[in-house]
Amino acid sequence: MSVEQFVNEAVSPWMKEEGEDSDIVLSSRIRFARNLAQVPFPTSRNEEDLSRVLEYVEQEFNNQSFKSFKQFELIKMNELKPIEKRVLVEKHLISPHLAENNNVGGVLISHNEQASIMVNEEDHLRIQVYYSGFELDKALKNALDLDDWIEERIQFAFDERRGYLTSCPTNVGTGMRASVMMHLPALTMTKQMNQIIPEINKLGLVVRGIYGEGSEALGQLYQVSNQLTLGKSEEEIVNDLSSIVRQLINSERKAREWIVNQLGIQLENRIFRSYGILTHSRIIESKEAQKCISDVRLGIELGLIEGVSRQTINELMVFTQPGFLQQYAKKTLTPHERDIFRADLIRERLQLENNN
Amino acid sequence: MKCQRCEQNEATMHYTQVVNGEKTEVHLCNQCADKEGYMNFHNNGLSIHQFLTSMFPFDQPMSQKQSIQSHTTLQCDHCGLTYDEFRNKGKFGCNHCYEAFEPYLNPIFKRVHSGNERHVGKIPKRAGGNLHKQREMDKLKHELVQLIEKEAFEDAAQVRDRIKALREEIESEKGGDV
Ligand SMILES: [Zn+2]
Ligand SMILES: [Zn+2]
Ligand SMILES: [Zn+2]
Repeated sequence: MSVEQFVNEAVSPWMKEEGEDSDIVLSSRIRFARNLAQVPFPTSRNEEDLSRVLEYVEQEFNNQSFKSFKQFELIKMNELKPIEKRVLVEKHLISPHLAENNNVGGVLISHNEQASIMVNEEDHLRIQVYYSGFELDKALKNALDLDDWIEERIQFAFDERRGYLTSCPTNVGTGMRASVMMHLPALTMTKQMNQIIPEINKLGLVVRGIYGEGSEALGQLYQVSNQLTLGKSEEEIVNDLSSIVRQLINSERKAREWIVNQLGIQLENRIFRSYGILTHSRIIESKEAQKCISDVRLGIELGLIEGVSRQTINELMVFTQPGFLQQYAKKTLTPHERDIFRADLIRERLQLENNN
Repeated sequence: MKCQRCEQNEATMHYTQVVNGEKTEVHLCNQCADKEGYMNFHNNGLSIHQFLTSMFPFDQPMSQKQSIQSHTTLQCDHCGLTYDEFRNKGKFGCNHCYEAFEPYLNPIFKRVHSGNERHVGKIPKRAGGNLHKQREMDKLKHELVQLIEKEAFEDAAQVRDRIKALREEIESEKGGDV
């Protein structure tokens, strides 16, 4: 096994499973920030100490297996080409911040790509676990197990009063960020997100567009996550977040019904035009692709478009991004070449689907 | 929603500050957030880290009893980070910074974490010691008070027995070689 597996497949194995409410919730994630008790945080930039952390993690966890995550593999940032890093960022297996940390940065990735443990990001360890659909409870349970497993071999910086000690005051306590990625086209089209976002912020949760901000969220994808990490237990935080996500799901479903009734053929027109663009264009920019993919996803969920799976849409979402395109093309592409290659890939992928 | 500072642009930053238990909502547009100093952290989109700078006007130590170094000279003796550097970066340098800057931390944590300053979540098995049991003890004591208030004396007696058993467990662990 090598880094090739992680960068060649657009869709992580875990994304192929279908979780709860996956017509609206694409994925659920739990992340824990953890630090070793005896070593200054990565923010101190002491490379000698930090490289020892990386070595220790390699020695203790490389090629080790844990439960359903199976085998973990350690990848060091300095072993990767820039394009490979970019792909790992696009697949959310590493953060842009880690990708910049060439000397002492690394990541342990589980074989099924469900878990990734970044080493020497802002904290010594950033443990993250992904599930398809709305599966925060399952994600939390498995992330806690994984955390226990790691703790068997690492003493974490912990204080009775402050909890897990982290580089950033925004993470102290549980060190946990729970988040879900949601597709909310109907709430966006009906301009309700502008009102909803400030309301959710008041409850101590953060909503942001995945690509772009606020109401201009590209691809109508939003991430909803907890803001506070201190003063509530992991379970409470997840319960609070889940109840908001549940409300958002219900509102989006209602809004979808509403647009179907109110817009009728106009909505159909918009969706099928987008489908037409994806299946026929010869040049397509990333922005336009995201917009059309979002429309087609909605078309599938409303039963208007048949014969294209959610799976394919997820795949298109990942491989229309610049890093993955170039990895796939096996060469560096100019922006113009990228737009052509993107259009080709999308056409081929949808063609393939129609022939099945 | 309009920006509360210029009252012109659409507000893109929404944040609830909690100061001494009092909530204030902040709604600002990008430019105004910039001017108010909210934005000098990362520039890749909004992140909560950016709101950190807004926490620091409250540079008053919590406990006035202790004689405390003025924050300009305060420094962590493990990693060398000074309080001023912590203020500017918004990041700790090591776990000992938490002790070094302790007198200043409560207002900061309360602002970021909606008035909270105490951890109630997971305890690592290794570093936790008998903290799990201590936590359980706190919970039972709280339960006991509530039951007595409700005059549910039978249930209260049961909880009292559990507290007694737990206390014995904790005591025996302290004495023995566990
Ligand atoms: Zn941070
Ligand atoms: Zn303004
Ligand atoms: Zn320090």
